[in-house]
Amino acid sequence: MDFVWEQRDVILRGFGTTVLLAVSSGLLAFIFGTLLAVMRVGPVPPLRWAGSAYVTVVRNTPLTLVFVFCTFGLPRMEVRLAFVTFAIIALTVYTSAFVCEAVRSGINSVEAGEIEAARAVGLPFHQILSLVVLPQAFRAVIPPLGSVYNALVKNTSVAVAFSVAEASSIFRRLANDDASATWSLLLTTAVGYMALAAVVFAGARILERGTAIVR
Amino acid sequence: MKHRLRLPLTLLVTFAFVLTACGDDDEGIGGGGGDTTDPKVEEAKFEEGTTMADLAEAGAIKIGTKFDQPGLGSVSLESEEPEGFDVEIGKIVAAKLGIAAEDVEFIETVSANRESFIENGTVDIVIATYTINDERKELIDFAGPYYVAGQDLLVASDDDSINGPDDLAGKKVCAASGSTPIENIRENYPDAEPVEFDTYTECVDQLEAGQIDAVSTDDIILAGYASDPKYEGKFRVVGETFSEEPYGIGLAKGDDDFRTFLNDTLEESFEDESWKEAFDNTLGASGVEAPDPPEVDRY
Repeated sequence: MDFVWEQRDVILRGFGTTVLLAVSSGLLAFIFGTLLAVMRVGPVPPLRWAGSAYVTVVRNTPLTLVFVFCTFGLPRMEVRLAFVTFAIIALTVYTSAFVCEAVRSGINSVEAGEIEAARAVGLPFHQILSLVVLPQAFRAVIPPLGSVYNALVKNTSVAVAFSVAEASSIFRRLANDDASATWSLLLTTAVGYMALAAVVFAGARILERGTAIVR
Repeated sequence: MKHRLRLPLTLLVTFAFVLTACGDDDEGIGGGGGDTTDPKVEEAKFEEGTTMADLAEAGAIKIGTKFDQPGLGSVSLESEEPEGFDVEIGKIVAAKLGIAAEDVEFIETVSANRESFIENGTVDIVIATYTINDERKELIDFAGPYYVAGQDLLVASDDDSINGPDDLAGKKVCAASGSTPIENIRENYPDAEPVEFDTYTECVDQLEAGQIDAVSTDDIILAGYASDPKYEGKFRVVGETFSEEPYGIGLAKGDDDFRTFLNDTLEESFEDESWKEAFDNTLGASGVEAPDPPEVDRY
C-alpha cells in the first residue's frame, strides 16, 4: 500500500482524466442523444430514418472499433487532434446512441392523451416537445439514463489502449513499474471506479427524488 | 424457413470471402522466404528433475515472443508462425533441448505482460526484445544477453527538426506501454510528450498518419520498420542511440540450472556461427551487418 500512497498524485491525475472523459462525453452525449431521440419521434421521415440508422449502426458496433476509427481513422483524413479529444469523440458517438434510446423510451411513456391535448390547444411541434413531452420524458428517463452513465464511467477505460493516461492506464503503468504492488493498485483503481459509479448513482437518486410527483 | 435463411446466409458467406480477401499484401522483412536457420536438433540428455529434462521429455516448449517486430519476431499475413531473430534464437535453444522447430509453440507477448507470462507459466521462456534490467531481475531471471541494442528515434523522412533525443522538447514520442523506452523518455526527457500504444505497429501507424512526431525504441527494431517495403522511403532512423539495451532470455526466477544451460547454449551459438547465421537470415536482410556477439553475463 506504501507504493500506492507514494504515487497518489499520479493516480489522482489518472482519475482526473477519467472524470474529464466521462463528464465531457456525458454532457455531449446527452445533447446529441436527446437530439437523436427527437429526430426519431419527429414528424420528418428522413430525419427519422437517419436517427434509426445512426442508433442501429453505432449501438451494434463494439466501442473499441469506434475508438479505432477515431484514433487511427480520423488522422488519415487529416483530422489531427489530441488523443484525449479522439477519446471524447469516440465515447460521445457511442454513448449518444444509448442516451437516444433511453430518452425515446421516456418520450414513449408520455401518454398520447397529453400530446393530443397539446395539439388541440394549438401548440406547434417544438412547443409540444419542449413544454409537454420532454419534461415528463426526462423524469421517466432518469433510472435508465443512470445505467447508461454508469456504463460510460467504466467505458472510459477502453481509452487505455488509445494513448490516454486515464485511471486504468495509470494502473497499468504503475503495476509495470512495481509489479509487487499490483494487487494494492488494482484494489485502489477498482475502489476509484466504484466511487465514481456511486456518484452517478447518488446523482440519479437525487434527481429522481427531486422530480418525483406524488400522484 | 429454409427459403428465408438462404439470402442472409449467401450474404454472410460472400461477406466472409470479401473480408478474408482484402488484407494488405504486405511482405515483412524476412517474410515470404523459407529462409530460416533450421538448427540441427540434437538428442539431449539432462539430469532428472531439471527444467531441461522436463521440457526435453515433453518434446515441446512454449516461447513468448513479439508478433509485431519486423526482423525480430513478426507474423506476416501469409504464415501463422512468427519469423525473425528472436524466433531463430528460440529455435536454437529448442534444438539443444532435442525439440524440433515445429514443436516450438510461439506465444505472443507484448512489452507489458512478459514478466507475468513467465511468472504464471503461460510461457517457459521469453525471447522478445527483452531488455535485461535490475527491476525485472527481481521478478524473473535472465540468460544472455544475446544482442545489445540502443534506443533510437524513427521520424518522418522529411522531418529534419529531430536529430537526437535533445530535440524532443514539445514533440510527441510514441513507444509501447510498459516498455523500457517509454520509461526512459518519461524520466530523462520530461519535455517530450509521451504517447503510448500496446504495439509498435500502432505507433508507426500514427507516425505515418502524422499524428505523432517520432517513434522511439531500439535501433534494430526501428531499422526493421524503416526498411519495411510497406513504408518505403517514409521514415528515417535518426542514428543517435541514447541507451544500451542488452536483450536477454527471460526465465522463471531461481531456476539456476536452466539459466546456466541457456547461457551455455547462447555461447555455443556464438562460437559455431549459428548465431551469426540467424542474424544474417533475419535482421541482416534489412542491410544491417552482423555485429560481434556480446559477452554473456552470468550474474
